[in-house]
Amino acid sequence: MLAYIVRRLLYAIPILIGVNLLTFALFFVVNTPDDMARMQLGSRRVTPEAIEKWKAEHGYDKPLLWNAKEKSLTKTIFFEKSVKLFVFDFGFSEDQRSIGSEIRQRMWPSLALAVPTFLIGLLVCVSFALAMAFFRATPFDFWSVVLCVAMMSISMLFYIVGGQYLVSKVLHLVPISGYAGGADAVKFVVLPVAIGIIGGIGGSSRWYRTIFLEETSKDYVRTARAKGLAERTVMFRHVLKNGLIPILTGVVVVIPTLFLGSLLSESFFGIPGLGSYTIDAIQAQDFAVVRSMVFIGSVLYIVGLILTDISYTLVDPRIRLQ
Amino acid sequence: MPVILISDALIWLLVAGAVGFALYSRRQPHLAAPWSRVFASRAAGASLVVLSCYLAVGLLDSIHYRPALDAREGVKGAAYSSEVLSLLDAALTPLRGRSEKTYSAPLATRSYQKEQVELPDGKQTREFPRLRYGGAHLAREEGAPRDILATIGLGLLGAALAAALIAFVARRLGRRRPEVPWRTAGATLAIILVLALPMMLLARHYHVFGTDKVGQDVLYLSLKSIRTSLVIGTVTTLVLLPLGIALGVMAGYFKGWVDDVIQYVYTTLNSIPGVLLIAAFVLMLQVVIERNADLFPTAAQRADVRLLGLCAILGLTSWTGLARLLRGESLKLSQLEYIQAAQAFGVRDARILGRHIVPNLAHIVIIALVMDFSGLVLAEAVLSYVGVGVDPSTTSFGTMINAARLEMGREPIIWWSLAAAFVFMFVLVLAANLFADAVRDGFDPRVRVGTVPL
Repeated sequence: MLAYIVRRLLYAIPILIGVNLLTFALFFVVNTPDDMARMQLGSRRVTPEAIEKWKAEHGYDKPLLWNAKEKSLTKTIFFEKSVKLFVFDFGFSEDQRSIGSEIRQRMWPSLALAVPTFLIGLLVCVSFALAMAFFRATPFDFWSVVLCVAMMSISMLFYIVGGQYLVSKVLHLVPISGYAGGADAVKFVVLPVAIGIIGGIGGSSRWYRTIFLEETSKDYVRTARAKGLAERTVMFRHVLKNGLIPILTGVVVVIPTLFLGSLLSESFFGIPGLGSYTIDAIQAQDFAVVRSMVFIGSVLYIVGLILTDISYTLVDPRIRLQ
Repeated sequence: MPVILISDALIWLLVAGAVGFALYSRRQPHLAAPWSRVFASRAAGASLVVLSCYLAVGLLDSIHYRPALDAREGVKGAAYSSEVLSLLDAALTPLRGRSEKTYSAPLATRSYQKEQVELPDGKQTREFPRLRYGGAHLAREEGAPRDILATIGLGLLGAALAAALIAFVARRLGRRRPEVPWRTAGATLAIILVLALPMMLLARHYHVFGTDKVGQDVLYLSLKSIRTSLVIGTVTTLVLLPLGIALGVMAGYFKGWVDDVIQYVYTTLNSIPGVLLIAAFVLMLQVVIERNADLFPTAAQRADVRLLGLCAILGLTSWTGLARLLRGESLKLSQLEYIQAAQAFGVRDARILGRHIVPNLAHIVIIALVMDFSGLVLAEAVLSYVGVGVDPSTTSFGTMINAARLEMGREPIIWWSLAAAFVFMFVLVLAANLFADAVRDGFDPRVRVGTVPL
């Protein structure tokens, strides 16, 4: 087991190098520092001096890969901007703030929003799916599936705008947007969490329902019924437990990425998390921030993959990692 | 003068491809049988009718031309406007041309904002001015509700006549091919007509969905957005399919280092959060377009390149799901006896792949194609919100929502553009989802794909 994890961690290194090279290619080779400077400085008619000054200020005035003048690999853009990501040294954003400390600070609001959405959402969707599987082939099942498909067809943007309008503007139950630390956070977070859950119900419950239905047609379920167990016991004791295996292992991969928060909810509700940080950076074309978020995102995803494999062995003893 | 935008060409190419594939599958029993199962489903019948209506609007909007300007003296030959129009624009000329000054509510006769108005006796007051076009044909403004009701009645009458005709045709067809749900399809068409005919009649004199900030008719904008959605949902597959099929099948069939390399590539791509990867590509694309601004003579062409770039980017970032699925399936296939027999006979790999493996994966590819469509349409809206979607000058549901969202705080609330975008998008995505479900049930109910990374 330990050997397996170590091997998976080692396997993560080439992937991170690949991510790094890809972002480097996207951000520096195709899109040269001169272009970046022109974009940041605004107009298309910028003097070359202004561009040089901007590049020097932001540390983009070095060669890309090989510094021929000083004969070194380290005094290059690639080393200073990309390789340093590996030690989580993210450098500074456009407005000269440390990206690392910004991320550490913004992680908490993101988690305050993402963790409840994830946990309650999972609970709601699994219960709803189990109810549909329990009442399979009844009008309840049919109309629930119809509802799920309809809910899947609505863009998340509408859920957010509609919820914000109804709850905050018409009913005045919670503030429209904003955030506060501590216990006050609840009143800012409750609406985005509810909307996040409602927006996700359609797709997830329908998927979980097919998983449960697949389980109900298996031999062990027939055996359980044959020995006289009530349908309720069959569903809760046997189908639920076995159906949870693919569900849990399927969602484990997203747990680490909860740190990144939700892009849409955060920026609509003005929650100062990593999701809104990312959107702001994209809109301001702050490449340093986007690059850092790409790197963190991939690290978290890889952690998620490893956790998925481990969770397989935990919930299903038949699987051995080697 | 006809103008062929690249996306037009690709759309018509796809239409030709789809027609060709349909003819081909009719002669192939292993494809014809699932398709007939699909068409026997009522949900598929209804959703196909809805999708065809959207497709018709989108295709009309994909034939572009530059209108000839009135001949002036001293100018030899015809002069053409720099504005690129489509057949849909021509059909909707009354909607397109009749811009108000600013917002107005649906079916309103007066503007949303007060304005300084000079009265006939020279005094000035602030009031809601009459609209330039909305209800301008009325002699007395108070007659508007009656006029609207009368127009709706006329439209419903026409729809009823059309519905009777449809019912007749559906019954005749039902006798010839009883397995196809003609009644459901006919009922759907009738419902669409009941909604569309009164709307068309009303649109002659009113703004059915109101007007937006610069006074453009929202109904017109919504109809124009359909093409953008269709392009995003379909042209993307031109990038996604070749990559997904080629790499997935190769990884599964050749195994060994080919498999390792391909798996490495898609794990790497997958590990970057979807929106960020798309954002990175789009930011890059913007710079490229900016740098080569003189390559595109009209704004429409520049916007078109941006749209196609977005399609290519969505394709580049979402082929991984399909590839992984196909890899697994071709791993399984390559163990089967008939493939091993072919290898033993010394058949070349390329031939085995082309003749024995890829045709046996067709069902997965078809399912993936229809499943991805709705995801891509939804993704466009989100990307436009983030600011990495289509060109701001391109009309799309994303840009409409984005513009409407900023006005949510006003009192009284401006709900109509948002509502129009919601209705048009919801119906499109719902129909696509229902059709995709029917296709999946017809081909292979156990396949689960959905690869759009948002």
